[in-house]
Amino acid sequence: MSLVAAALEREGISTVCVHPVRFVAERMRAPRSLLVPFPLGYPLGRPNDPALQRDVIEAMLAMLEDQALTAPALVEFPAENGW
Amino acid sequence: MPPEGIALGTLAFMRTYPWRRIDPVPWTPLAKPLAECRVALVSSAATMLPGDDPFDYSGKAGDPTFRLIPSGTDPQTLVETHPSSSFDHSGMAEDMNVAFPLDRIRELAESGRIGGVAPRHVSFEGYLPAPGRLRKETAPEAARLLAEDGVDVALLFPV
Repeated sequence: MSLVAAALEREGISTVCVHPVRFVAERMRAPRSLLVPFPLGYPLGRPNDPALQRDVIEAMLAMLEDQALTAPALVEFPAENGW
Repeated sequence: MPPEGIALGTLAFMRTYPWRRIDPVPWTPLAKPLAECRVALVSSAATMLPGDDPFDYSGKAGDPTFRLIPSGTDPQTLVETHPSSSFDHSGMAEDMNVAFPLDRIRELAESGRIGGVAPRHVSFEGYLPAPGRLRKETAPEAARLLAEDGVDVALLFPV
């Protein structure tokens, strides 16, 4: 996914990539990564929890709007929002 | 401490796998407010429409191709075809928005938080031990298609 994110950015598309594992995110260096406290297979968290899914997407959108971030940017989704 | 929920075998693979380091890191800042941006989803869950060509899992390198998901699709009709046993597939079976949040981004477009939903979304299969063709051919091709659709922002959800 990080390689796809890089290809998209090269085409002029801004990206944010969810990552479930910090060391993978740190090694690959996608332009913007949101580290989530969820198991593999659950990038947006709990099934049938639209509020949590919205919070994850909102955290991604906030990274796009944060003009202080520089590449590669890694932000942690608050662990208290995990389950 | 191992990340929660990851089997030791999977973790050992992840620790030793030669993750491709992106260098230099490309960076496209937002050119306009999100309320004017068209947003696409990208998944590595091998989700597809019923009847799409299946991914080919017979080779060692994995299948670097992708499928396109039209925007009007009901996410619950998508079929998830990722073969990996290293993660739990039941969450996606219960609610595809867990990995392909079409319903959520439609809501964001309706509320005006984003400008609109892209006409097409992209689905890869994430098991790619040899990602050379993805990096050189198929990822740039998918990026060109989204750029042609006027996409400003892509949100990526690996499983």
